[in-house]
Amino acid sequence: MKGQNISFREREKEMHTAIPAVLTELSALDLSRWQFGLTTVYHFLFVPLTIGMVVLVAILQTVWVRTNDEKFLKLTKLFGKIFLINFAMGVVTGIVQEFQFGMNWSDYSRFVGDVFGAPLAMEGLLAFFFEATFIGLWIFGWDRLPKKVHLATIWMTALGVWLSAYFILAANAFMQNPVGYEINEAKNRAELVDIGAVLTNIVAINQFPHTITASFMFAGAVIVAVGAYHLKRKQFVEPMQTATRFGLWTVLLGGIGTVITGDGLGLAMVQTQPMKMAAAEALYDTATGADASFSLFTIGTPDGVSELFSVRIPYLLSFLSTHTMDGTVEGLNNLQAQYTELYGPGNYMPVIWITYWAFRWMIGLGLLSALVAVTGLVLTRKWKYNLPNWVWNTAIWAVPLPLLGISIGWMFTEMGRQPWIVFKLMKTADAVSPGINGVDVLISLVVFTLIYGTLGVVEFKLLFAAAQKGVEEQKTPEDADKMAVAY
Amino acid sequence: MQLNEIWFLIVGFLFIGYFVLDGFDFGVGMSLPFLGKDDTDRRVLINSIGPVWDLNETWVIVAGASLFAAFPEWYASLFSGFYLPLLLILAALIMRGVAFEYRGKGHTIGADEKKWKSRFDWMIVIGSALPALLWGVAFANIVQGVPLNKDHIYTGTLFTLLNPYGLLGGLVTLTLFFTHGLVFITLKTDGDIKDRARALATKVGLVATVLAAVFLVWTLIAHFSVLGFILTGLAALSLIAALFANHQKREGVSFSLLVFTIITAVGSLFAALFPNVFPSITDPAFSLTIDNASSSEYTLTVMTWVAVFMIPLVLVYQGWTYWVFRKRVTRKSIPAGSH
Repeated sequence: MKGQNISFREREKEMHTAIPAVLTELSALDLSRWQFGLTTVYHFLFVPLTIGMVVLVAILQTVWVRTNDEKFLKLTKLFGKIFLINFAMGVVTGIVQEFQFGMNWSDYSRFVGDVFGAPLAMEGLLAFFFEATFIGLWIFGWDRLPKKVHLATIWMTALGVWLSAYFILAANAFMQNPVGYEINEAKNRAELVDIGAVLTNIVAINQFPHTITASFMFAGAVIVAVGAYHLKRKQFVEPMQTATRFGLWTVLLGGIGTVITGDGLGLAMVQTQPMKMAAAEALYDTATGADASFSLFTIGTPDGVSELFSVRIPYLLSFLSTHTMDGTVEGLNNLQAQYTELYGPGNYMPVIWITYWAFRWMIGLGLLSALVAVTGLVLTRKWKYNLPNWVWNTAIWAVPLPLLGISIGWMFTEMGRQPWIVFKLMKTADAVSPGINGVDVLISLVVFTLIYGTLGVVEFKLLFAAAQKGVEEQKTPEDADKMAVAY
Repeated sequence: MQLNEIWFLIVGFLFIGYFVLDGFDFGVGMSLPFLGKDDTDRRVLINSIGPVWDLNETWVIVAGASLFAAFPEWYASLFSGFYLPLLLILAALIMRGVAFEYRGKGHTIGADEKKWKSRFDWMIVIGSALPALLWGVAFANIVQGVPLNKDHIYTGTLFTLLNPYGLLGGLVTLTLFFTHGLVFITLKTDGDIKDRARALATKVGLVATVLAAVFLVWTLIAHFSVLGFILTGLAALSLIAALFANHQKREGVSFSLLVFTIITAVGSLFAALFPNVFPSITDPAFSLTIDNASSSEYTLTVMTWVAVFMIPLVLVYQGWTYWVFRKRVTRKSIPAGSH
């Protein structure tokens, strides 16, 4: 990689001679990192609702088909509409993600494309075509297809969405824990030698259920919020009661699942990326047993220099990391020394204050959301819905909790991987496209920010409007033809 | 046949599929200001591609991902080299996609319906015309070759791509996709709008024919091959036949011939490229070829199995979608008082 770095700098100089001095200070690397971070976080605001809601809508529709209870048809249509408004944004922002690997991270693509491209292409051929086709059939097929065939199309869409998520997470897992490859020295790249290993990466196997269960938490919270909004106003009471309970159970079960799968993911992380776990806990020195305590809260700087006050649970970190009480958890300094020996001088620690706090916020927000769900289930048992307004307001305002938890969780996962783009194989700094300059990336960063910002506002307004409108009386279609238009 | 040759064909197939399918979506999008006299007309036009535009667009994602998996060097050099044009294409595709979904929903948030819809209609028009133009510019430049250094890194700028051959290529795809979309409208609608689409298709189609003839002959002179000669000839003949069929009100035949035109025309570009994938004009030795840009034997083997099983299946279920939505969309099918 060293040879490339030199030629890269020379090229940068060449290119910058024609550009004003102020702009040459802009680093294509830093801007590309900001751009990838922003567009990924933004993309993933839409993904959890898609992953969770598609199955919830499919369940609602299945109940309708089986019971013929009109209430479930209304709920299917309402949450189907919310699902679709959101789905469109997920699709269009997803294309940007795929293109960026080549546009901004071409040296990364050159180095790992032989391995990393395979799950992405499989996602396209196996899952993405599938989901895009069946979602079209579902939207436009209400009166074109027999009832059961139409029901099958939403389940097919769900299958496509979930498969798609798996392949993308398998690709991501390669960046966290590269497996199934060999380095080809002559071509200076990683080459795939075992596709099975890539697709059954221990990180992917644990990340997938964690992502799915967390997505259910958010989709459930959205349903709860919509239900609470209408129950507060005593409108559409019957379907909204059903929706609220359905949503609350989804959040709770999703929450339990997220804890269990998070535990599995934590173990996989300790095994594959001990530095990330040490960074999550800001554990500077290797600790064993009771000393491997989990700090709930720290006042002071978690840089190990000055700790003023902290609440700690002894043994917990040991248990989380190894499932034993007397386990040893490696500290940042020890790992730094090990990595320096292995990979040469350099800083191998992520930004500790970010990983430390992100890890706590992720867990805290998730638990808070689950707590709201439990409280809701208790309060609405025996179908008592004459509750004070603050109860409904809490249910409505609790909606962003799981989504924030998910976003922060990903920030932890990806920033905890730094300084590597592929753990132990390639550093982020070596991965950026050598041919692009800071000005190009600044332009694209501004364009994406403006478009995403504007669309975000519109999207939020439309989602809110669809939720407020609630369920409508179903019009009987005089002509099946008329149902074939949706725009 | 070598695996990297097979993958050259598969990548070509996926891009051709993308241009055939999203090509008519672009054409329909561009037709809004010409054929959409009122909102009902515009809704007929948009709903003619309503159930399928999303899956058509998916082809470019799959083509891009397949390029990444099979030819990582090509993907890396091409996408980083064509940074700004690809940014414009992405911005356009985002605008078009959300505009389809959002244009009818302004009333739900109390927006001025006329202004709201007109804003999104323009996003559809620009979001369709810009990619239709830029894909042509990009592909023409790939065939012609670009400045690449010994590390296969693009050393030109945005303006390097805006050369006569590149721009002509862009105008060819712009007019060809416009014609393709107009003929698709004659196939999918009825009544007055169908007649107006047919008349406009004849005019735009003639411009497309002249531009395409110049462009394809130029390509053939620069990169002669027997296969290229055959494909170019077939493309020209079928385009002329498509316009004739359109004039004769044989919309099914006309549309099929246009599909064949796009297949053979884009096919002739890939034939001109082979065995290069991204030629360098700095020094031919720096060119990316199917040999130095491809993935390892193992990766290509795995991906070949996936493609061999999945592509026929994809064609079957996408074909089924088109069959389900085969009915024409008419003004009568737009419910009165709806949005």
